[in-house]
Amino acid sequence: MSDSKTMKTTERIVQQGGPGRGPMSGMVGQKADNFGASARRLVGLLRPARGRAFAVLLLGIGSVASVVVGPWLLGKATDAVFTGFVGKQVGEQLPPGATKTDAIAAAESRGDSQLADFLRGLDLVPGQGVDFDKVAHLLLITLLIYVGGQVLGWLQGWFVNDVVQATVRKMRSDVEDKVHRLPLSYFDKQPRGELLSRVTNDIDNVAQNLQQTMSQLLTSLLMVVGVLGMMFWVSPLLALIALISVPIAMFTTGRIMKRSQSQFINQWRQTGKLNGQVEEAISGHALVSVFGRRESVEAGFDEANEELYQSSFRAQFISGLVMPLMMLVGNLNYVIIAVVGGLRVTSGTMSIGDVQAFIQYSRMFSQPITQIASMANLLQSGVASAERVFELLDAEEETDASVVDTVDAARAAAAAREETRGEVAFEGVSFSYDPDEPLIEDLSLVAHPGEMVAIVGPTGAGKTTLVNLIMRFYELNAGRITLDGTDITDVSRAELRSRIGMVLQDTWLFEGTIRDNIAYGRPDATEEEVRVAARATYVDRFVHSLPDGYDTRVDDEGSNLSAGERQLITIARAFLAQPALLILDEATSSVDTRTELLLQHAMAALRTDRTSFVIAHRLSTIRDADLILVMENGRIVEQGSHAELLERDGAFARLHAAQFAAAVS
Amino acid sequence: MLPRMLRTYLSPYKGWLSAIVLLQFTATAAMLYLPSLNADIIDKGVARGDTDYVVKIGGVMLAVSLVQAACSMASAWFGGQAAMAFGRDLRKAVFGRVGSFSAREVSTFGAPSLITRATNDVQQVQMLAMMVCLMGVMIPIMMIGGVIMAMREDLGLSWLVLVVVPVLFVCIGLVVSRMVPAFQTVQARIDDVNRILREQITGIRVVRAFVREPQETARFARSNDDLTEVSIRAGRWMALMFPLVMGVTNVAMVGVIWFGGHRVDSGEMEVGALTAFLSYLMQILMSVMMGTFMLMMIPRASVSAARIAEVLDTDSSVVPSDRPVTSVDVAGHLDIEGVGLTYPGAEAPVLRDVSFSARPGQTIALIGSTGAGKTTLVNLVPRLLDATEGVVRVDGVDVRELDPELLWSKIGLVPQRAFLFSGTVATNLRYGREDATDDELWAALEIAQAADFVRDMPVGLDTPVAQGGTTVSGGQRQRLAIARALVRRPEIYLFDDAFSALDVATDARLRAALAPVTRDATVVIVGQRIATIRDADLILVLEDGEVVGRGTHDELMADDPTYQEIAASQGITTEEVVA
Repeated sequence: MSDSKTMKTTERIVQQGGPGRGPMSGMVGQKADNFGASARRLVGLLRPARGRAFAVLLLGIGSVASVVVGPWLLGKATDAVFTGFVGKQVGEQLPPGATKTDAIAAAESRGDSQLADFLRGLDLVPGQGVDFDKVAHLLLITLLIYVGGQVLGWLQGWFVNDVVQATVRKMRSDVEDKVHRLPLSYFDKQPRGELLSRVTNDIDNVAQNLQQTMSQLLTSLLMVVGVLGMMFWVSPLLALIALISVPIAMFTTGRIMKRSQSQFINQWRQTGKLNGQVEEAISGHALVSVFGRRESVEAGFDEANEELYQSSFRAQFISGLVMPLMMLVGNLNYVIIAVVGGLRVTSGTMSIGDVQAFIQYSRMFSQPITQIASMANLLQSGVASAERVFELLDAEEETDASVVDTVDAARAAAAAREETRGEVAFEGVSFSYDPDEPLIEDLSLVAHPGEMVAIVGPTGAGKTTLVNLIMRFYELNAGRITLDGTDITDVSRAELRSRIGMVLQDTWLFEGTIRDNIAYGRPDATEEEVRVAARATYVDRFVHSLPDGYDTRVDDEGSNLSAGERQLITIARAFLAQPALLILDEATSSVDTRTELLLQHAMAALRTDRTSFVIAHRLSTIRDADLILVMENGRIVEQGSHAELLERDGAFARLHAAQFAAAVS
Repeated sequence: MLPRMLRTYLSPYKGWLSAIVLLQFTATAAMLYLPSLNADIIDKGVARGDTDYVVKIGGVMLAVSLVQAACSMASAWFGGQAAMAFGRDLRKAVFGRVGSFSAREVSTFGAPSLITRATNDVQQVQMLAMMVCLMGVMIPIMMIGGVIMAMREDLGLSWLVLVVVPVLFVCIGLVVSRMVPAFQTVQARIDDVNRILREQITGIRVVRAFVREPQETARFARSNDDLTEVSIRAGRWMALMFPLVMGVTNVAMVGVIWFGGHRVDSGEMEVGALTAFLSYLMQILMSVMMGTFMLMMIPRASVSAARIAEVLDTDSSVVPSDRPVTSVDVAGHLDIEGVGLTYPGAEAPVLRDVSFSARPGQTIALIGSTGAGKTTLVNLVPRLLDATEGVVRVDGVDVRELDPELLWSKIGLVPQRAFLFSGTVATNLRYGREDATDDELWAALEIAQAADFVRDMPVGLDTPVAQGGTTVSGGQRQRLAIARALVRRPEIYLFDDAFSALDVATDARLRAALAPVTRDATVVIVGQRIATIRDADLILVLEDGEVVGRGTHDELMADDPTYQEIAASQGITTEEVVA
């Protein structure tokens, strides 16, 4: 049983319907129920790769350090150029051989104390131009550090990628493993779309988020620290001034993000609503026309379309404000640094290169902050997805669920081909899906080897449940079922199921060739065995008319095969498996009459010499049954042969009359 | 496709677009002016020790920044308006077009495909429109403006721009050209992995029944490994992208200082100009980068645009008459006269020379194997399709001449696949007649054998129904669809295989209850079960689009081999009838 938590729908705005994955589909505005725990567990998944994760950290520090030191070195080079430039200018006004002190003195004597201060701050030799040896030296180091830093950054990205992919790969295979360990009741309870979305969309979302957060969040955090450090190193005063902009930037972005997030949620809601309308109008196209609803449908669409326009405009506009505002903050910073820096250069307390470096730092500073702010949303959605995946992974497993390994399966198959007589007995069996709604109660019956047992009754009577219990798809609440005298819970599920062949109403085929699909139950079957099975079940006939014969691929929608043909393949599949015991859920009426005949012949071929349980929808097909069970509300209300039951003039006779007599009127 | 679509659907918003261009131009110009002002601060203020000048230009820079921000915000407003209005109009056009389609176009495209085109594809193109409105205008201005400004600062150094920009283009191009196909493969492999998981979950019973868990796990593991392998490859290219671009930028910066230093030393350039040049170079490279990312979006949007254009360029095969007949004298008359239908390009016709007439009180049944043309024939009556030969007359008038609203008002259709709309049980039942009273709804439910389960629902008629009707069982959905047609009280009932999903007993009860209601109406039933149709006044046996047998049940049982075969497969033999 799954715990109640899995059933709880977390607050989510998922684009309703709309197949395909648009850039806007789903995933935004979701919140994790338990962010902390789930986030910790998500990080825990990285543990196997902790060596590489640590390397990522070191590489990140290295690359950020070099990226951060670069501008400072570049500033030094600019200083060298600037000093040379000023030195040359000053030198032109002084006699050759004059020193820096001479130049300062000359400036002071002219009463230009500002210039004197300015010159005092420079390491210049009047008359001498730019010291290109020094510049070359500095630039070479800068170049090396820059290039080295980018290489480190690249390696970091490389490792992050490897770590994330390995982690996600593990997560996928864990989920797949889990699918085989879960009891069927879990699948019955979950809406199928919900479950599929968990194993597909949510894992993809986790993958994307891990990648982005691991590479960007780390780099951004390091960057903020590194840049801040360098700013204080270069000029504590300017750093303090620049820092004032941080809370402003954080505050404004935060406010806008909050506003825009609610607008985006609104936009997604409207998108979902509109897509729902579109889907409905197109799926019900014929009805919309014939019931004269075209106009009202279009009016409804126009209204939703207009609402979507309004809300998406608001969302886009508000989020579009972030960039200009951040730029404004950045530019304000820029202006302040330029002015204050300029003033300090003229007063000789700061070099021009430092101002240049500072301008670059202030630009480098705002970007990671914006990034961290936007990462918060991403992180929320990633953790919410991870949480849903974890819920699946934590769901209670089947009792003694051992996932069958290949050896196990082979042994089971071998055992199955040994003599199994095929005697099935139900002894006081009770079962229900829901404790409050008893379904099968105290049911007993015996099917002797080689007998055909037919089960009839209205929908919901428990016919399918009954045969599912033989397969041990569900566990009994009371009583026991035996196969050849052995309790079915005393053998492994694999072994039990290997003895039973099943043809389900729902004609599930997997994407592969027709041959692969027939050989599904016995992958080691020879080509000849496949052909024999196909001939016996009339598959061979239509396969020959297909362009690629047995190599024809069955596609997802099965559009190249009719429903009847698909059903025939599932019969061939069971035939090839040569089970000792057969369970047939008969095809319903959507198959055309000719194929229907073939199906019945094929099923008859399959039943020969085997104990079989047949859920019959058409009473005409079960005249030869050795035992007919009439079920109503989970109970067997009548049992006996065709003739006996007709004679009894009870439930079976009524069913029979309804089917064979002309309309009741 | 894409440029045409953008042109067509953005043209009503020319005013807004011009405003965007103007605003973006001003904003970009302001942005480009800032480094130049900064250069002035250095050269004319700092280098000459003129503090007043520094403060004054600082003020100007502040004003310019404010102008820049204001213009950017305003253009975000206009851009949002234009792009979202574009999306709205395009969506409306697609939806309107699909609404006009006949059943043929809907089935050619397939409903899921049409839904995707009207929703996701439109969204893709709208995203691109948004990008074009905002960045598409800014990037060229920034790039060209940046080059001009850089050249203005120092012509002698501008060769650096000419070297660095192409180098960056080539680097990005190289990475992108490998990264994009890799990511396409990733998407394909993700689809594979998801497909296998989906198969395993939907086929869980078969997997377990055949003890195929080991093979399934192995199959999944292979697919998972394939995905991981290609994801790692794609991710590594991705990891290279940013460092490569930054590396080129950094080298360029070092180059500017080195070559610029020489020009400063020789007096050809001022130090402030050097700093400004550096800023311009950065801005140019930034715009190159943004431009590349925008270009990367184009292929995807182009695919979507082509898919949308396909819908918009398809004309409905059913066109309403110019001078429709708006009133008729009789009711419930249906005449099919020598009707044939061949799809363009198809070799064999779907229907060939089918004729029959029905009058109020009569029931006509159609039986035959799948693909025999039964549904097609039914669809001709409400003109969901048009016949290519012969005439379909309702109340004596060719349906092609009738006013569609009038035609539809006469018909109650129960389609093969029962479809319910989201809402409540009541809104669904009133779908064809909004003024029906609750009593009328209950009466219809009683006849459709649906009253019991609706009564058992928590809030009866007001019970919510999910889209497509997925919250009720298949049989219940079918019965509600029948009730919905009954509420309409039409003159002609079309039951397209509406009874097959019901169990035999319910089917029988339903038909018995239906008889008095349809006494004055014309009924066409498509059926699979002999029991369903055996009381019809006329049964047509269809095979490959042709009528191969016609008559009452007894007549057909006596002399029609196809009908006998169908009957035999359902356990009904001639002897039984005789007996």
